[in-house]
Amino acid sequence: MIDKRPVNLDIGTIRLPITAYVSILHRVSGVALIGAFGILLGLLAYSLKSAEDFAAVQACLASLPMKLLMWAVLAAVIYHLLAGIKHLIMDMGIGETLEGGKRGATLVLVIAVVGILLAGVWVW
Amino acid sequence: MVRAVTSFGRSGLSDWLVQRVSGVIIAAYFFFIVGWLVANPGVDFATWQALHQLTCMKIFNTVTLLSVVAHAWIGIWAVLTDYVTVRLLGPKATALRLVFEIAAIGLLVVYTLWGLAIVWGV
Repeated sequence: MIDKRPVNLDIGTIRLPITAYVSILHRVSGVALIGAFGILLGLLAYSLKSAEDFAAVQACLASLPMKLLMWAVLAAVIYHLLAGIKHLIMDMGIGETLEGGKRGATLVLVIAVVGILLAGVWVW
Repeated sequence: MVRAVTSFGRSGLSDWLVQRVSGVIIAAYFFFIVGWLVANPGVDFATWQALHQLTCMKIFNTVTLLSVVAHAWIGIWAVLTDYVTVRLLGPKATALRLVFEIAAIGLLVVYTLWGLAIVWGV
């Protein structure tokens, strides 16, 4: 079914509010995590194969590129998790106003930055 | 126009519920596994293997794996039906979306079978 009615919303021409960025990042991080899940499954598979493979996974995770990758994956998980928790809180009717939505979005970004920095400390 | 035939639970309401329940399960697993790794720094193979040999851990791994697959499908479906549309990409969008959806389903089926083989092969 093709709808011929005009759409009076061209998001390329309007300044997006913080809530829009938080929502888009939630989607981007989610799509990225679908790909990352394959890498995590691969690491799990090798880590459980044998003591030698476990040591190989440990050595692999100790290298700089893998540390950066794992930090990026953790960052995506942390962000996606916080944005998801915000949804659950809003489902309970908390922070549903325009102001509440903006406050929630800001809170997600602030807590995510703190969490991602802590994850970086943990990885290194 | 979005066709409900490709929605996970065949209705928006059940997709909404599945997305939340699976999200909570994945969150619980994330906190558990990160907590475990923080509590066991310098973990060796025997300890790691023993954890994953526990039946309760195999069930937790399986439930989380299935939650990830369901969660990923509902998420990717929402993204594709929002952006790969006739309005944004023109008349070929419906066919293109179907190709992306089938590719996503293929990947998620591989994740499911591979994940089950890992979890139950320990």
